[in-house]
Amino acid sequence: MTKSKVLQSIQGIAQGVYDKISQKKQPQLEMPIRALSNVSYDDKSGFFKLLDKVKTRTLTASTIRTFAQTLRMMGLSKQLVETDDIATKREAYYVSKNWGEARFREQPESDAVMDDIEASLSVNREQIGFIADEHGGDVAGSLVVNDKDETGKPIKIDCTKFGSGAYSIPTSVEELKFETKAKFILAIETKGMFERLNRHGYWKTANCILISMGGVPSRACRRFIRKLSDEHHLPVLVFCDSDPYGFFSIYRTLKVGSGNAAHINEFFCVPQARFLGVTPQDIIDYKLPTHPLKDVDYKKIKDVIKNDPFCHHSKEWQKALEQMAKMKVRAEQQALAAWGLNFVIDRYLPEKINSPKTWLP
Amino acid sequence: MIKTAEELAKKQRDISIAEFFEKNRHLLGFDNPRKALLTAVKEGVDNALDACEEARILPEINIELIQLSETRFRVVMEDNGPGIIKKQIPNIFAKLLYGSKFHKLSASRGQQGIGISAAGLYAQLTTGKPVTIKSKTSKEQPAVVMKLKIDTSANKPEIVEETTEDWEDKEHGTKIEMDMEASYQKGRQSVDEYLKQTAIVNPHATIIYTDPSAAQIIFPRAVEELPPEPKEIKPHPYGVELGRLIRLLEVTEAKTLQQFLTTEFVRVGAGTAKEICQNSALLPNTKPANISREMAENLHRGINKTKIIAPPTDCISPIGESQLEKGLRKEINAEFYAATTRPPAVYRGNPFIVEASIAYGGEQEADSAIRIMRFANRVPLQYQQGACAITNAIQNTSWKLYGLQQSKGSLPSGPCTIVVHMTSVWVPFTSESKEALAHYPEIIKEVKLALQEVGRKLASYVNKKRRIGEESKKRSYIEKYIPHVAEALKELLGLPEARKKIIEDNLAEILEHVRGELEEIGVDNPDYDPELAEIGQEDQEADYEDDESEVRMNKKDKQKRLIEDEND
Repeated sequence: MTKSKVLQSIQGIAQGVYDKISQKKQPQLEMPIRALSNVSYDDKSGFFKLLDKVKTRTLTASTIRTFAQTLRMMGLSKQLVETDDIATKREAYYVSKNWGEARFREQPESDAVMDDIEASLSVNREQIGFIADEHGGDVAGSLVVNDKDETGKPIKIDCTKFGSGAYSIPTSVEELKFETKAKFILAIETKGMFERLNRHGYWKTANCILISMGGVPSRACRRFIRKLSDEHHLPVLVFCDSDPYGFFSIYRTLKVGSGNAAHINEFFCVPQARFLGVTPQDIIDYKLPTHPLKDVDYKKIKDVIKNDPFCHHSKEWQKALEQMAKMKVRAEQQALAAWGLNFVIDRYLPEKINSPKTWLP
Repeated sequence: MIKTAEELAKKQRDISIAEFFEKNRHLLGFDNPRKALLTAVKEGVDNALDACEEARILPEINIELIQLSETRFRVVMEDNGPGIIKKQIPNIFAKLLYGSKFHKLSASRGQQGIGISAAGLYAQLTTGKPVTIKSKTSKEQPAVVMKLKIDTSANKPEIVEETTEDWEDKEHGTKIEMDMEASYQKGRQSVDEYLKQTAIVNPHATIIYTDPSAAQIIFPRAVEELPPEPKEIKPHPYGVELGRLIRLLEVTEAKTLQQFLTTEFVRVGAGTAKEICQNSALLPNTKPANISREMAENLHRGINKTKIIAPPTDCISPIGESQLEKGLRKEINAEFYAATTRPPAVYRGNPFIVEASIAYGGEQEADSAIRIMRFANRVPLQYQQGACAITNAIQNTSWKLYGLQQSKGSLPSGPCTIVVHMTSVWVPFTSESKEALAHYPEIIKEVKLALQEVGRKLASYVNKKRRIGEESKKRSYIEKYIPHVAEALKELLGLPEARKKIIEDNLAEILEHVRGELEEIGVDNPDYDPELAEIGQEDQEADYEDDESEVRMNKKDKQKRLIEDEND
């Protein structure tokens, strides 16, 4: 959406509210419901599609505070877009401290209002001037990123040249261009595992690009992987802990997006990603040391089986979750170290990469 | 040294009632100088009101307290009652247990015939001076003036001096003057408070009071009608104890047992009498004089086995809901009032009525225990609150349901005053000093029912108040955010500053329309009399200082006492 279109949409909403008030009628704000209950999934599109359930916020005593905050936040957004400025989510929260009674008490409040605005305009938050202050992810491997420096001059960043460090994915990746000869992307859950693989030059051995997601991948990280994969036709393999969180918070969000940001999932997910491991079957096959599942794990498994449209769609994942529930245990990526620190490099990854039938969709 | 029975016998002798009370004056309410002053005034005023009402005269009572020395006071009490004939003056004022009210059952203030003579006895004990009585019974005759003392060993009056006097401007009435050791203090347990409360529940009386500082307070008559004359009734068989039954059998003029039963008791006709006789295994034609103690015991059991209709209840008249509430409105400036009068009920053959009223909110203190005002036959009860059945009933009512705070088994707290009045042909007090109602389950039950009735009305008010409170909170909440909506719209649409006001007004109107009008609540009590309310309020620190009950008693003792009470 272009800048002027964004401004038009914002003004359109404000005008609607203003007209209602002028007619002495209760104004309303409408926004899509941001939850798994309002998304659908099918293999053809390959991502969580937003359905048409909306919540209507009618101005009453109980909604007036959020109502006022939403309008003021839209005001801030308009100002940012007009002046080509940006504010982090945290900064926006602090800006609200000037709004007297309408200020936010905690940042989660302002984040929620921001997400509502973003969803009702069907834009990415960067388009309305806000950026996340979340960590974007680290990259190492045979990849050259074409970016611009602060003066706008093009620069090339060689991701093989960071030594024991890594290239950090920026918040906005839309303008980046890539040059690579790698054969695939390996997306890794933990920084620890990324470090081990990077230090041993695994990207060189396997001719791949290593990306550390650091937990649930940020929007920028998802978009970065998607663009890179799309533009260079690279398969994406995901390497996570073997637990419900690794499967359905980290991997699922990367692959099909989230309920919360469903309006932008189309571009911010990686449908071509495959789950390399660690699968519940790997725990058995590699005799990995385990921890018992906690109550929250059982709860998550139940919840996913019941409510997650992606899981509904995938027999394999249902089986894997049921298998895990039956085994009553989970295992971390680093558990592979029980067989030697470099077991993961020497045996696990090569074996797994070469046998796609052990992957999960 | 061993003493013989004969030697000991020399010291054993009759104790006169006067001697007994001389040593046990606390039983009559003369435990300490402050309370003694109140008790003396109370006995005088109670008698005066009783006498006026019986003679169908609108009472006008004049009370004067004169401080003679630091610890000595003269109490002067004058009424416009029918007066007392000369022959009776000595007995009434200088003989204990002499009176007209003990043997009859009617809703009068005095009961035992002890009060005023006990006050005289106390005066005599502490100052050695006689009591002066002036009485005039008609316009034609001069007033009799007597100075009286009590011969304590014989419980007999002693006339010290007797004269006559022309009591000008007075058609009839009685005036009492006595000097006594006393102390005067203001506060909840003061003479002032007693007279005020008396005035509140006796709106047909005018009371003129001159306190020791010579300040005069007039409680003017508020209604021109006397309460209905209390009707005298004969005892109901259920309320008669064995000893009383034996005495009645001794003194009756009836010739047969059946006649005795039908003439001495209420609600006993020939049929019931025969049934009682049958249930007692006695012949209806037995002569009362020939009935032995054992036979009397059978009769007593027989009475209780027989079903007898409850006593008539038209012999008692309540103050009434509207009068009760009106009185409370004068005393307390509250937001909400309610009053209720229960239908008559019966305990041990005695009919009685309980009334309750309540004042909530306004200027009353919110965090302390509620205030209780207790009345029995229109007499305020100021002492022994903790020992009273009324207090017990209040404690054992669940006030949380009605919007007051309460920890289990104790008095509720909140901005609230509760008035309870019990009227009966025989009010059961815990002691002769008539300070607390005895714990009869029937009475406690009635008090609780009355409290529940006013409680329910209170609850609906408290809820309404809470709702309105929440609503106005919400409204101020709304008002807080309206300007922000306007500000944001101005910013978003680039509206001129002047538009903001219009948006704000529109929003206020929209939300007002959605929420409806807000009902106004608060204090609206034109009957409130702040000067009256002030009386007895002073010097609250000194309150309860003399009251052995309640305040200093720790919780454990209190619970123990409550348990004992239940077992009574």
